[in-house]
Amino acid sequence: MSDTKIVDARDTFCPGPLMELITYMKQSNVGDTLELLSTDDGSGNDVPEWVDKAGHELVSNERVDGVWHIKVRKAK
Amino acid sequence: MKILVVGGGTGGTIVANNLARRLSAEIRARKVRLTMLSASDRHMYQPGLLYVAFGQMTPDQLYRDQASLLESNIDFHVDPAVTFDLDKRKVVTKSGKTHEYDILVMATGSRIVPEQIPGLAEGAHTFYSEEGALKMFRRLREIEEGTVAVVVGVPHKCPIAPVELIFSLHDYFKSRGIRDKIKIKYHYPIGRLHTIQNVAVWAKPEFERMGIEHETLFNVKEVDVENKIVRSEEGTETQYDMLIAIPPHRGMEAIEKNGLGDGGWIPTDRYKLTMNGHDNVYVLGDTTNLPVSKTGSAAHFQAEVVSENIASIVKIGIPVRDYDGKVYCFIEAGHDRATYAMFDYLNPPDLKSPSKPMHWFKMAYNQMYWTSVRGLL
Ligand SMILES: Cc1cc2nc3c(=O)[nH]c(=O)nc-3n(C[C@H](O)[C@H](O)[C@H](O)COP(=O)(O)OP(=O)(O)OC[C@H]3O[C@@H](n4cnc5c(N)ncnc54)[C@H](O)[C@@H]3O)c2cc1C
Repeated sequence: MSDTKIVDARDTFCPGPLMELITYMKQSNVGDTLELLSTDDGSGNDVPEWVDKAGHELVSNERVDGVWHIKVRKAK
Repeated sequence: MKILVVGGGTGGTIVANNLARRLSAEIRARKVRLTMLSASDRHMYQPGLLYVAFGQMTPDQLYRDQASLLESNIDFHVDPAVTFDLDKRKVVTKSGKTHEYDILVMATGSRIVPEQIPGLAEGAHTFYSEEGALKMFRRLREIEEGTVAVVVGVPHKCPIAPVELIFSLHDYFKSRGIRDKIKIKYHYPIGRLHTIQNVAVWAKPEFERMGIEHETLFNVKEVDVENKIVRSEEGTETQYDMLIAIPPHRGMEAIEKNGLGDGGWIPTDRYKLTMNGHDNVYVLGDTTNLPVSKTGSAAHFQAEVVSENIASIVKIGIPVRDYDGKVYCFIEAGHDRATYAMFDYLNPPDLKSPSKPMHWFKMAYNQMYWTSVRGLL
């Protein structure tokens, strides 16, 4: 079991949090867990939507002090 | 003090010229030595590739001799860096020469890796290389009817390019009088038309006006070249007659081989622009792992910070400025109109309506670029 890798996409408008997550997912191995940090209001919805459609696993999704912490496991 | 700049593209050239001027007295007095290593004796204005793909520029117009862009007190070598020893502060080049440094500046850019997606290199056209742009133009001239599909790999430099490409395709086929015979279909990796919210909101009615079909949440998984089908990770597919890809990118091989950063992206402090754990290594442009658009504009703003800080270290022993995440992007919007997006870490882009003067400004910038990399703008 590998450690959770943090993808710090706070305060970014371009490429933006979901694009950052996709970049790091591609660099990861199946089974790896990534934790995306985002200050974009939309991330709470649009990240899980992609995770679901792309067939990965959403481990957790919560907002703490204005920052989304979204954990995703690479499933394929 | 030895300063070594690795990479002679947009970022590296601006840093070196800026330092050459700020430290001219120190260089003359031989207190500072400023060296640049690059992989090419030529410098390409990369945004011009989009014009090449539409027959509006020829490749020779994109290049200048790198040496002609540099101040004369820069010791310039066309000799790419192969091995980096950050602990011993040494870089070994392809020719076998060793360069020691006190401060290292990494500006090696990024490269396209279409081969990472099965079938993409064989099946898709791209304007992200000179050869690709010329091939794409030949195909655009030939095609008479059918579906032109546009797909976008992640990550990629120049995030605005996919949208600009659509406007260019629409205008081009209209000018050939065959727009009604060509279906243009745009595919984008995330759930809206562009990663910048304002650009996505603006592009939607524009795409509808032009009759552009679009599918979002489409990450290219593979291209079936024989049957002309492109498939997504998300389980959908599109049949095409001509496929155009913004290919996925990685940092340079030398970065990966030396273990400096996963994917060739160097872990960089977003404000200081130093490599994490190495305060004497500055990183800028495409090769950073920053969540900042990989653009010449970001490289330019970062170069100003990096050179001011290195000059201050030489003169007063400490850096003076942080990078605020600033990026400025022109957006060509078809019909000889353009707009722009400017933003930083804290301020989102505020998009103005496209106008003709902005388009002419962008056309002027295509020439002003050379003044800009000389550090004069
Ligand atoms: C089609 C297209 C359109 C674009 N449009 C725009 C636009 O409209 N606006 C915008 O701002 N940006 C645009 N860009 C992006 C822009 O060109 C890049 O983001 C910018 O050039 C990055 O600068 P850089 O200094 O990081 O890298 P580069 O300019 O790519 O320079 C990298 C340099 O490193 C050298 N190098 C590589 N490996 C080594 C090595 N091992 N040792 C030594 N040297 C090495 C290379 O020879 C090169 O000189 C566009 C790019 C493309 C392809």
